[in-house]
Amino acid sequence: MASSDKTNIDLSVAMITEAPPLADWLVIAPLLLCMVVGAVLLMIRKETRAQPIVAIPGLVALVIVDAALLLHVMANGPVTMTMGRWLPPFGISFTVDILGALLTLTAGIAALAGGIYGAGDVNDTGRRYGFYPFLFLMMAGVSGAFLTGDIFNLYVWFEVLLISSFGLLILGSERGQIDGATKYAFLNLVATTLFLIATGYLYGIMGTLNMADIARKAPNLTDKAPMMTVVSLYVLAFGMKAAAFPANFWLPASYHTPRVVVSALFAGLLTKVGVYALMRITLLLFPAERDTLAIVIAVVAAATMLLGAMGALAQTDFRRLLGFLVISGIGVMFAGIALASPGGVSGTMFYAVHSMIVMTALYLASGMAARASGGFSIAQPRGLYQSHLLLAAISLILFFAVSGLPPFSGFWPKVILVKASLDVGAWWLAGAILLTGFLTTIAVGRVWLHAYWRPDASDTPAEPVSLSPMRDYLPLILLTGLVVLVGLFPQRILELTQTGSEQLLNPLDYIRSVFPQGEVK
Amino acid sequence: MRTLIFRTVAPFLSSLMILFSVFVLLRGHNEPGGGFIGGLIAASAFAIYGIACGVSPVRRALYFHPMTLAGLGLLMSSAAGLLSIFAGVPFMTGLWVDVPLFGDTVALSTVLVFDIGVYFVVVGSITSMLLALEERSSD
Repeated sequence: MASSDKTNIDLSVAMITEAPPLADWLVIAPLLLCMVVGAVLLMIRKETRAQPIVAIPGLVALVIVDAALLLHVMANGPVTMTMGRWLPPFGISFTVDILGALLTLTAGIAALAGGIYGAGDVNDTGRRYGFYPFLFLMMAGVSGAFLTGDIFNLYVWFEVLLISSFGLLILGSERGQIDGATKYAFLNLVATTLFLIATGYLYGIMGTLNMADIARKAPNLTDKAPMMTVVSLYVLAFGMKAAAFPANFWLPASYHTPRVVVSALFAGLLTKVGVYALMRITLLLFPAERDTLAIVIAVVAAATMLLGAMGALAQTDFRRLLGFLVISGIGVMFAGIALASPGGVSGTMFYAVHSMIVMTALYLASGMAARASGGFSIAQPRGLYQSHLLLAAISLILFFAVSGLPPFSGFWPKVILVKASLDVGAWWLAGAILLTGFLTTIAVGRVWLHAYWRPDASDTPAEPVSLSPMRDYLPLILLTGLVVLVGLFPQRILELTQTGSEQLLNPLDYIRSVFPQGEVK
Repeated sequence: MRTLIFRTVAPFLSSLMILFSVFVLLRGHNEPGGGFIGGLIAASAFAIYGIACGVSPVRRALYFHPMTLAGLGLLMSSAAGLLSIFAGVPFMTGLWVDVPLFGDTVALSTVLVFDIGVYFVVVGSITSMLLALEERSSD
């Protein structure tokens, strides 16, 4: 029993003896907050009126905590807290660098927008089924995945977010939702199993799952061959999670079925967790193996972005079209992972932030457009431009942003990625990014022309639908405001992602944060 | 399944199993057992009671909705980890306090609180699923 330390045992051999500074608690604060608020919401599940009143302040608190964590990491470099006082690699470490903190903050903002929108979009039945508890538990999973410094723990957070996302997917128990959820669940479970198998191999080879520990031991490994297998498995598993070609078909098959707000959250958060995990594994842990696989990742990236954009061109359903745009964005992010130059990685981080915000906003806008015009089909003109001018204007901004046109947030990361591709002579990758932007412009231009601009052609004018300024427009304006702000003043984010990519490519700071002694054992 | 023998035995069997599950939960502190396995035993006890006497007596006996119990468990486990902030040690560090009880000292810890939380999460979520399935099959 631990209380029997009357005999003189030197605890410092096995345990952390100095108290962690209070600010370091920020590392796990997002997680704790999500779990505690999620648990409380679960207990008051039947009080459908009280749910948003508890949930929305909880989400605001989450954004504040995430922002504080990002500031802490910006000021002090990577921060670590190891659970239960056990020294790493035996205790599970949570290590946060700029990449993790930045994505956690962006995810928090997207969740806040979704939470506010959900107050109008999710009815009492959906709330009784547990929309808000699931949202918080999913955010616990997403934040945990971004913040953890241990690969098995990363797997656990993937499971947490996956199980919560199943709950969100089938919130209405409609036939189409069950159909979409089955495809989603099956593919994701296969990917998770591959992830687990790869982690098992990795543990067999390295004897450790702490990321910093792996990062410092991997260069000294004598037998490189098994690592190639492990890293290839990881690339496949995370590629499936991120919906990269050729494992992308589950996303358009499932993302149009749930409630709009759920689609928005999924599009904003879940695929990016796959991209994040791939960045973490390939760039931080196994750069040598990544170099060998670079050409594979580059081809996958180009195919994913082009097929995504072409798929979007072929759609007449607004929400299905957005699903293909999510895929296309994943391809752009993969391009930076394939390049692995400071510019490429920084571009990928920037694009991930942009994509999280824009995709969430676009899905929310599609839901509002559908409510105002009576359906997701873009074939029937309803004259949204005349009836809902503000919505049409916001949508146009978002369409520009998702196509990568200036002066909005999608422009800068694409510029960085194109430049990074040309720097290494990968002209075809740069061409694919530009072509994707062009195709996306056509695809979303079609939506704007058909669904928004063309006047209402039907004989019976539709009933004017009023959209709530608080529940509907507030989250959309919040996200669109960020899109415009990031597009006009990209310098701060740019500096942040550049520092982040340096931390990722030279993991010395990351390792020092977990092992302050710094010696390589 | 609702034979006379089963219906007569089920309440006794269930209460015995729940008692046993608490024993397993506490035993798990130093020996094999623990919150997870204890919770499973308790959940199967509720399932047996539900099969024998129907789902609504189980819901009445539980008083709270099973998912509420799961939420309570999650809250307890999180709180158990959070207590270490006051002791100035990292998250999830086990804290111990010796309580004199009946002339003996009993060592209580945050680890135990965490384990009880796990017990409730498992009881709540598994019972919730089993009861939902039993309800579907009976109508």
